[in-house]
Amino acid sequence: MPKANITFDDIGKTVSVPAGTRVIEVSERIGAGILYGCREGDCGTCMMQVLEGRDNLTEPSVLEEKVLRENMANGHDRLACQAQIIGDCRIRPA
Amino acid sequence: MAAADAMTDAARHREAVAIAPGVHWIGALDPALRTFDIILRTEQGTTYNAYLVRGRDGVAVIDTVKAEFAEEFFARLESVADYGEIRAIVLNHLEPDHSGALPELLRRAPQATLYISARAPAILNGLLKSVVPRPKPPLVTVKTGDSLSLGERKLRFLLTPFVHWPDTQCTYLADEGVLFCGDLFGCHLCDGRLFDDRIGEFWPAIDYYYAHIMRPFAHQVREALAEILPLEPRVLAPTHGPILRERPRRYLEHYQALARRPANGPPRLAIFYISAYGNTAQMAEAIAAGAGEADGVQVSTHDIETGETAAFLDLIEGADAVAFGSPTINGDAVKPVWDLLSSLATIDVKGKRAGAFGSYGWSGEAIWLIEERLRGLKMQLPVPGLRIKLIPSTEEIAACHAFGRQLADSLVGGPGSARTLDLAEIG
Repeated sequence: MPKANITFDDIGKTVSVPAGTRVIEVSERIGAGILYGCREGDCGTCMMQVLEGRDNLTEPSVLEEKVLRENMANGHDRLACQAQIIGDCRIRPA
Repeated sequence: MAAADAMTDAARHREAVAIAPGVHWIGALDPALRTFDIILRTEQGTTYNAYLVRGRDGVAVIDTVKAEFAEEFFARLESVADYGEIRAIVLNHLEPDHSGALPELLRRAPQATLYISARAPAILNGLLKSVVPRPKPPLVTVKTGDSLSLGERKLRFLLTPFVHWPDTQCTYLADEGVLFCGDLFGCHLCDGRLFDDRIGEFWPAIDYYYAHIMRPFAHQVREALAEILPLEPRVLAPTHGPILRERPRRYLEHYQALARRPANGPPRLAIFYISAYGNTAQMAEAIAAGAGEADGVQVSTHDIETGETAAFLDLIEGADAVAFGSPTINGDAVKPVWDLLSSLATIDVKGKRAGAFGSYGWSGEAIWLIEERLRGLKMQLPVPGLRIKLIPSTEEIAACHAFGRQLADSLVGGPGSARTLDLAEIG
């Protein structure tokens, strides 16, 4: 299975994960500082800033786009509960 | 202070109270409140602090009050401004105790622009969606560094997310050094004298508020303090409790101490247990002995039955790993264990290593149930829970040793080192 590395900038840890893993699944287990609310892409609590490898996350869904818009996200922000890792990236809480 | 003097305060009238030139408190007093947000005891009531800042080009209202206190808020507002003068409404935090009077304020001042943090629109939507007719105020979302001019003076915004909601921010009036700081530095204390230097001692109220509202967000409090300290504010104007103007730096320093990151030192493993017949206690001892063999890990054991929850929470907050031991009685962990586990939501335990163990007579469900709770708290469980039927044998004591050693090793050799981890390792 293809693997990818995700680095959590706030805690300085890098994890190798199977491609397709959602960021939330890793950040919760490694103890990164992203906070979560609904976990369903609705509340926007888990907004994160993508520092590197924006194209290495799956494209946002229509729902995620809407929530990002409502939360005035900028182009580097994504929801950790929605974004799936498909290549190396580096993130931090927004 | 004499009783008569104590009554010469905001409780006796419904007028605004000046806190600096062109700056007024227009909040409300709630002396009868005894429970706040279900989780806090408020034996001294509370205040809902809102403020008004007047500049040459208009007036800004900063925060409002709980809906039931809107009348008092509007009376105070009307004592210093006309609704037509209000150019801006700033909401530092949209929780209903500060936004309850917003729909009516928007109706009375429809020309006012609303200034909220970039994380607040979704919350605003939730608050206004049931209001008929639905207000659609002009809206500006702000980030750190943005400002709002009132003519000769400016309000500057600082985003301070998660102290204690996603939307929280502070607003700074530089010319008078007044920081409107939302719930930061607040407390539940209703005293119409309003100012710290007139009220006297209330540190316990500040500590209690911090422990229940801010403590799970200690990391975010540290980030907020890093933004606030360089401003050297002369007045801290929170949304609950006294306005802090007598040596305000001591409140900032007090918060620094409360939110301090546990001191760097050897990794710590704290083992908590409760035991009916001494078997789970024996397991705890063996786990501690095994963990003690790992290089440089500091291990401590604590009997839940005789300890204090508050002290345990301090220990857990400072520990890198924790283990909980409980017998199984009627298919469950025992109540003192659940009492401690349910208290963990008030501190930040996310990402700490954890494990569960216990001796049982019939079935041993307690261990699985504790593990589920630990996972729910986003703790990492590097070692599967250890269940032993009744009295541990020599082999089973060895298994306890190994359990302790593995848990301790996860602190010094496993996740936590700088190497790239595999997802499968962080369980």
